[in-house]
Amino acid sequence: MSKVIILDYGLGNLFSVQRALEYIGVKAIITDDKEEIKRAEKIVIPGVGAFKEGMEQLKKRGLVPLIKEAADRGKSILGICLGMQLLMAKSQEHGEWQGLNLIGGSVLQLSSGKNDNKVKVPHIGWNCLIPSQCQLARNNNYWKGTILEGIDKESFMYFVHSFGVHTDKPEHTIAETHYGGNSFCSVVQKDNIMGCQFHPERSGSKGIEILKKFVSYSFNKVRV
Amino acid sequence: MKSVRVIARLDIKGPNLVKGIQFDGYRVLGTAEEFADLYYREGADELIYQDVVASLYRRNSLLEIIRRTAKKIFIPLTVAGGIRSIENIREILRAGADKVAINTAATENPNLISEAAKVFGSQCIVSSIEAFRKKDDKYEAWVDYGRQTTNLDAIEWAKQVESLGAGEILLTSINYDGMGKGYDLELIKKVSSSVNIPVIACGGAGKKDDFSQAVKEGNADAVAAASVFHYNYATPKDKPFMSYSEARLRMGEHIDSGNIDFLNHGYGRMRAITVEPASIKEVKLSMLESGIVVRSSDSYCEVKNV
Repeated sequence: MSKVIILDYGLGNLFSVQRALEYIGVKAIITDDKEEIKRAEKIVIPGVGAFKEGMEQLKKRGLVPLIKEAADRGKSILGICLGMQLLMAKSQEHGEWQGLNLIGGSVLQLSSGKNDNKVKVPHIGWNCLIPSQCQLARNNNYWKGTILEGIDKESFMYFVHSFGVHTDKPEHTIAETHYGGNSFCSVVQKDNIMGCQFHPERSGSKGIEILKKFVSYSFNKVRV
Repeated sequence: MKSVRVIARLDIKGPNLVKGIQFDGYRVLGTAEEFADLYYREGADELIYQDVVASLYRRNSLLEIIRRTAKKIFIPLTVAGGIRSIENIREILRAGADKVAINTAATENPNLISEAAKVFGSQCIVSSIEAFRKKDDKYEAWVDYGRQTTNLDAIEWAKQVESLGAGEILLTSINYDGMGKGYDLELIKKVSSSVNIPVIACGGAGKKDDFSQAVKEGNADAVAAASVFHYNYATPKDKPFMSYSEARLRMGEHIDSGNIDFLNHGYGRMRAITVEPASIKEVKLSMLESGIVVRSSDSYCEVKNV
């Protein structure tokens, strides 16, 4: 069994991710200890809150170089919600901020839209995962070899967010989700680096399946 | 797309799931944990645990139930009742809840909402508004689980909690609670047109078709219900979900602390039921048929260990 850690950088409820992993038989520790992080084979970056605060906390704890090193060494990294957004190059959440830049792309505010398409922001609730154009081009093989392998298209997941990810390269968007007039990347993956905008630990059995895929698969050689 | 959440609300006293009418006359229906587990498997989109006696004792006593259910239930959980401080909230979130709903303490100290939103984020902080419709058709916010009046106009209070930073409003009609005559559409419409944060409609659902009305006419973002679901799954005859033996009913002091008449009769004659019970699936199907998007609830499957 690979050693999984949940990165503690002071933001959000980390215990629900831990409990969900425990449910599938994985004992993950919540830590910001550098040695533990170096020893980890898989790293979950959870988080709820503001992008700027998230990056500042990572820097303050000296975690940024460790995450980048883990990424370079092919360790699997899963960002959840804010954790996914932090993987990107930059965010425009109340200003412009640099992210971890593990995947090219930016984080933009959701629009509440107009008239018939009007929606409430934050986007709170269940919504569908739709295979991206690149994935659909693989016909029935969509999501094969990715963290979503085995998940039905249009599966509902639980979202709570006001900002959405847009990748520079379309192939890094594995699944997208539509909300009002918004279309954003709900699952991102570049080889061993992946992220979910929704909360898999709060998305019922299908969310648990995604976590299971993350801990049990070796994504190092995967080319999407 | 925009989907509507279907939420099962569990009023809890001690370890027991209870349900009353207009916030009164609780009848014990079983253990809260078993119902919670059942609702998760049946496809509820979210759960609300309401400690019905917490405000009276000024504390929430659900920590143990939250801890135990958080190990096997992986949908959002909102906990309400007796939440008075940042420390209370931290404890409840650590135990496994995703959000807390605050009523009484917020009316006494509105800063609690803004402070809590700052510390935990607005997405964690739900304002619970329990509205009583007065003779002049105005709505007043009541506290202490329907035991105290406040003089606060419920609609104005809703606007205020939004500006304080609440992320959602759990809106319960006291007059309609447990009556099974449908939601108070006027109340829901008034509140949802006054705020921009999501409104969870609660109180009054009596049959599966009531849910669509709360969305279509009331503009609710989520619909919560208790009796409709509880009595559906509590029926032992052809829906053998719950089976209680004498031995399992004995849970110490708590079991005798409520009206267990209903349990003692094995749910048998289902006397004085004010609703037409429906399953979560039936409710969602009815909503789908009226053009409302809901998460399909056939998605549950057992997940085995890695």
